[in-house]
Amino acid sequence: MSAALPELGIEARRLPGALPAWHASIQAESLRAVAQKAREGKARLVALWASDETTRGAGYAVHLALALPAGLLWLSAPLEREHPRYPGIADLFPCAARMQRAAYDLVGVHAQDNPDHRKWLRHAAWPGGQFPLRKDFDADARPEPGEDHYPFVRVEGEGVHEIAVGPVHAGTIEPGHFRFSIVGEKILRLEERLGYKHKGIEKRFEALSADEGARLAGRVSGDSTVAYAWAYAMALEAASGVQPPARALSLRGIALELERLANHLGDLGYLGNDVALSFGFFQFWRLKEDLLRLNHELLGHRYLMDFVVPGGVARDLETSAMARLLDALGSIEREVATLRTIYDEHAGAQDRFIMTGQVTLELAAQFGLAGLAGRASGQAYDLRADHPVPPYAGLEVRVAGHIRGDVAARVSVRFEEITESLRLIRALGAALPGGELRVAVAAPRAGQLGCGWVEGWRGEVFVALDAAQGGRLHRVHPHDPSWQSWPLLERAVLGNIVPDFPLINKSFNLSYSGHDL
Amino acid sequence: MYQLLKQIARTGIVTERPPAADESLRLVEQRLEQVVLAHFGRALSIRHVDAGSCNGCELEIHACNSPYYNLERLGIRFVASPRHADLLLVTGPVSAHMETALRRTYDATPEPKLVVAIGDCGCTGGIFGESYASRGAVSKVIPVDVAVPGCPPTPAAIIQGILTALSSASARSSSAASR
Repeated sequence: MSAALPELGIEARRLPGALPAWHASIQAESLRAVAQKAREGKARLVALWASDETTRGAGYAVHLALALPAGLLWLSAPLEREHPRYPGIADLFPCAARMQRAAYDLVGVHAQDNPDHRKWLRHAAWPGGQFPLRKDFDADARPEPGEDHYPFVRVEGEGVHEIAVGPVHAGTIEPGHFRFSIVGEKILRLEERLGYKHKGIEKRFEALSADEGARLAGRVSGDSTVAYAWAYAMALEAASGVQPPARALSLRGIALELERLANHLGDLGYLGNDVALSFGFFQFWRLKEDLLRLNHELLGHRYLMDFVVPGGVARDLETSAMARLLDALGSIEREVATLRTIYDEHAGAQDRFIMTGQVTLELAAQFGLAGLAGRASGQAYDLRADHPVPPYAGLEVRVAGHIRGDVAARVSVRFEEITESLRLIRALGAALPGGELRVAVAAPRAGQLGCGWVEGWRGEVFVALDAAQGGRLHRVHPHDPSWQSWPLLERAVLGNIVPDFPLINKSFNLSYSGHDL
Repeated sequence: MYQLLKQIARTGIVTERPPAADESLRLVEQRLEQVVLAHFGRALSIRHVDAGSCNGCELEIHACNSPYYNLERLGIRFVASPRHADLLLVTGPVSAHMETALRRTYDATPEPKLVVAIGDCGCTGGIFGESYASRGAVSKVIPVDVAVPGCPPTPAAIIQGILTALSSASARSSSAASR
């Protein structure tokens, strides 16, 4: 089935599956023109990645996923085998800059006119000029470690000095490097350097069967395992032309909301802790632990890993278990309401939260910020409401929002989303369809495409899948919403004091693993 | 303030008993002197190093500090620098890009020191395995005393691993004899 997208001047093919998604192949020369029109039509860039097509008798390809008002558009532009290059789009979509650098590091496709030509995901594990996601690159190779030279931007002037932090941080968090340029206590500039956790996830997919890939997808970012496993399953099911049973979809919805609840509870605890309200940490982490134990008891895993499987879900939630879940969630809801009053009325905490780490509406719109951080800055995007595929169709998800874009706004959005997730779990539980939990997923034909797009707790998790022969994977690209948020953390801290950085960072709570792949 | 105090009083103490040490997690014979263990046993400082995990193990390490487990009550606390640490708690797989940072962190930790590897990936490389970008198990890069499997291991299993690293067979037999 094909559809004309007159606003972009292209013909696109509807991809199978419930998700409103289209695919189109265009020439690299028209990439900018299409991106320009999409930008004018208020599209957001969801992801940019590249692939090696030389084993299919072609060259390379660069791919874009765009969020259009009607759904998701996956654009592919073939690139020549010798000197693969394409016109960069970082001026149109600023968040593309790092993705273009990563696409070069991994596949060796060159974005012309990219404002920044430094490497991004590559450090010293492989030398420049070799590209791990090319098909002729041996995954088990141990290339001679190269020099890891990375020129940070220097800020100069009277009284300016630098603080270098990481990759090993002072707290229990993921590794990354932050270079602060400061005067006195004030931050003049922050430059992030990520990629420390690059562990070859995309290359690993190509060594696994499509079925095994589900386990790996669930470990791209451990705190979002349901969102990733679902997005991957959605992509694979679309490529195979399989529709998962209605009961499984409802259970996936319940699991996704439980994941959102657990993460929001944990973050609200840490946000209290970071403003010296350790009461908040202990209270919220008690509730989070209650929830994790409930997950383990009812669904078999504290974080619901491997619960979502291709074709359905791995376990059922029986009537008695559902009653137990709803009962326990009721008590969590009452406690959260009490704690929200305490947070709201705590002058010390509010003083630290309000006007700290602000991302303005304009900046959020310019960078295509979506997800939790976007909603706190007036970007009212939520896939559960914008493109409500089953089980969200008919639930009329209320999108949380705030316009101040500061730490307090991100706290407020989390509180609102807890309330809404509880409502959704009740609604899904009350109308749980009967029937099977899982259907068989046949191996997709080589070259079949599928994509998954799921509103995880942090934001939009996207997975693009291109099948190979015999149930293998030609290319899988998982995309974390943190790609869009990391550049804005650099902006959010400007003018703030260094001691507020942990608080601001926590209020975003971005993924390193999901970004570094 | 009244609400806050009321909530504390209403919650009460939820902390549970800690698990016992589990010798099956031990990879190498105890490398520490008895005297040092007696000293560590009263106050242990941990430096956590995420050497490339999916962040799942970190969630459970955080949970160790939740009121149910309350690791600090055992005299065990997390510190901000390896120079202050007695024990490194390392999650994996060790990414190639974290190899140098992990070695440096190990070198910066004063002797005597213990290393506990956390999670299936820290034990074996897990689903990520070994590749151009992953060195696999933590023990491929630095010496490991105790390895705790699980994806991710529960807070109780992590605490058990830490306590196993601390306990020594001779310490237990001497305390049994004096009983």
